[in-house]
Amino acid sequence: MDTFIRVSVEDFSIADEVDKLTNANVDDGAMVTFTGRVRKRNDGHDVTGLFLEHYPAMTNKLLADICQQARAKWQLNRIVVIHRVGQLYLGDNIVFVGVTSEHRGDAFAAAEFIMDYLKVSAPFWKKETRANGDSRTDEWVEAKASDQEKAAHWS
Amino acid sequence: MLTVLFFAQLRERLGTDKLIIETPAESWTVADLTKHLVGQYPEWQKSLLASNIITAVNQQVADKAQALKSGDEIAYFPPVTGG
Repeated sequence: MDTFIRVSVEDFSIADEVDKLTNANVDDGAMVTFTGRVRKRNDGHDVTGLFLEHYPAMTNKLLADICQQARAKWQLNRIVVIHRVGQLYLGDNIVFVGVTSEHRGDAFAAAEFIMDYLKVSAPFWKKETRANGDSRTDEWVEAKASDQEKAAHWS
Repeated sequence: MLTVLFFAQLRERLGTDKLIIETPAESWTVADLTKHLVGQYPEWQKSLLASNIITAVNQQVADKAQALKSGDEIAYFPPVTGG
């Protein structure tokens, strides 16, 4: 029943995180992982990178709280949540969520729940660098109503 | 003493990330603090009173009626966009 939470400028290795979830774990038949990455198009803009700001004192607490809520809803064993901050470029990893459970139903649901809640409640903010021809502008990303709706469907 | 923090586009608009209020009045709520800040910095009114601004007290999301006590850390921030 371990929960690993990390907020860091450092990149993560998906293989290392999968190992954390599965090493010496013969209790769980299911592992689900999600990795979020920086893509080149967002909201109709060409993006070259993004900067992630956060509220350090609050992020770890909030991520731990989301994991606790997931444990209350589903039978989960190990959970890994990693979120990067600082300057990121196209193709970089942003976020990782991995969970293990005896069966796949709980693992799939919990991984999606954790991501959905993280999106609407964890204090991270993206400022993306947009490219328009040769010019570059940095713009804060607007929160999406669709993310609120996705999170709301769990309650 | 109260510590007041601002993040992301709100931090940029206000031009500061942190304020210390040495001698807050007794029995302030979050709303009272906001009123005090707007009184001190009238140019902050629009940004600070925007309906989408979220407030947290001691790293927990709090509503405007929450009472404050000395030593609290109050944060103001726009809707989050991580993940």
